[in-house]
Amino acid sequence: MSGTRVVVTFRTTTQAMAWEKACKEAGLPGRLIPMPVQISAECGLAWLIPPLEKDILLLRAIELNLKYADVIELQ
Amino acid sequence: MMIYLDQAATSYPKPPEVIEAVCEALQHAGNSGRGAHHLSLAASRLIFEARYEIADFLGAEDPSCIAFTANATESLNLALFGVLNSGDHVITTELEHNSVLRPLYTLQERGVEVTILPANPQGLVDFSTLGVVVRPNTRVLVLTHASNVTGNMVDIEHVGEFCREHDLLFIVDGAQTAGFYAYDLRQSSIDILCFTGHKGLYGPQGVGGIYVKPGLALRPLKVGGSGIQTFSKTHPNQMPEALEAGTLNLPGIAGLMAGVRYLKNVGLDMVSNRECELTGYFHKAVSQVPGVKVYGEFGASTRCPIVALNLCSVDSSLVSQLLAEEYNIYTRSGGHCAPLMHGALGTGELGAVRFSFSHMNSREELDAAVQALREIVLRAGRGELL
Repeated sequence: MSGTRVVVTFRTTTQAMAWEKACKEAGLPGRLIPMPVQISAECGLAWLIPPLEKDILLLRAIELNLKYADVIELQ
Repeated sequence: MMIYLDQAATSYPKPPEVIEAVCEALQHAGNSGRGAHHLSLAASRLIFEARYEIADFLGAEDPSCIAFTANATESLNLALFGVLNSGDHVITTELEHNSVLRPLYTLQERGVEVTILPANPQGLVDFSTLGVVVRPNTRVLVLTHASNVTGNMVDIEHVGEFCREHDLLFIVDGAQTAGFYAYDLRQSSIDILCFTGHKGLYGPQGVGGIYVKPGLALRPLKVGGSGIQTFSKTHPNQMPEALEAGTLNLPGIAGLMAGVRYLKNVGLDMVSNRECELTGYFHKAVSQVPGVKVYGEFGASTRCPIVALNLCSVDSSLVSQLLAEEYNIYTRSGGHCAPLMHGALGTGELGAVRFSFSHMNSREELDAAVQALREIVLRAGRGELL
């Protein structure tokens, strides 16, 4: 695997589940993966998104009032 | 054929979809929040869906307001030990179950001041005295929404208004009312609602929950694994994981979700109306049996489907035993874990025979119970019961 990976992190598993449910219902891209070890994360799950979709996804997250901890780009 | 009239202890039978959901969870789900493989995610999704369904059913603000516990007792312990500190004052009532009283007695030993409002011989509490007993250090008012002995309900909106006016945390024991009363927690003055899954919500035994108003933080009873913040020395404080240390009862939660969905499908109004109708029917019939004394107040429109009674001065446990062994009718006798209520009702020695109904019971079953009571009364009159 190469290139940049973008992940959304969460404070709780419940936040991650709410995020996944909302994204699926809204047809937004991404999927849940184990939290990459290089991230000092709060929840063991992260939402992996295509780098080019990052801005539009975060905009929709704000519109949907979805909670998350951070958005991190991994090289 | 068995007649089950002990629904206030646990609902029976469980809807088939509840049983199927428990089996499905055991077959197709792993451990929630402990990984991202298919089975773990299936468990996490199931638990989130259950939170979502229950939050929606109770009118809660958000699924994160709902944490899962083993039962209402654990929820009440969590609530009371989670907010009360030495020097605080708490108000409660004689209606309470030991799941409220015993945590309070323990807290009393740790410096918490406890006031218990008395119940009258009908088992009702005069809440107009609240203004007299409230103190500057009063922090909590905790009470049952409905007596598990008489079935009489408390006007929680009225009491809740007092709590708002006096800045008290309002903790409600909904063990008998979840699945009967239409909560709208978003609009309610309830700060913490404790409920069990296996009674009116038709879930399996061993699962319950607690609703915590957004912004309110409880000290957890347990700390440990949560699937989040692994490298922190302290347990996470975000709801709901803050209150859910350790692996959750996934099959139980799956069954509880199915029970809640069942109620949504059949309609809570239908369930409540049917149960009220059965309660009124039984009360009217049993009140005509000579020697029967029924406890509680039946003029009020708000009550749970419970009728507690005694036959003359016959030990309630003997009546319940005869009903079970000779008529195959299942009830509960004794003190029902509510010692102060029995003191108020004057039934400390006899206890009471409790009949409790669900919408699945029929008038024919209640007729059979009344007929059995008539026969037992006759036998008692002839001195045949020892």
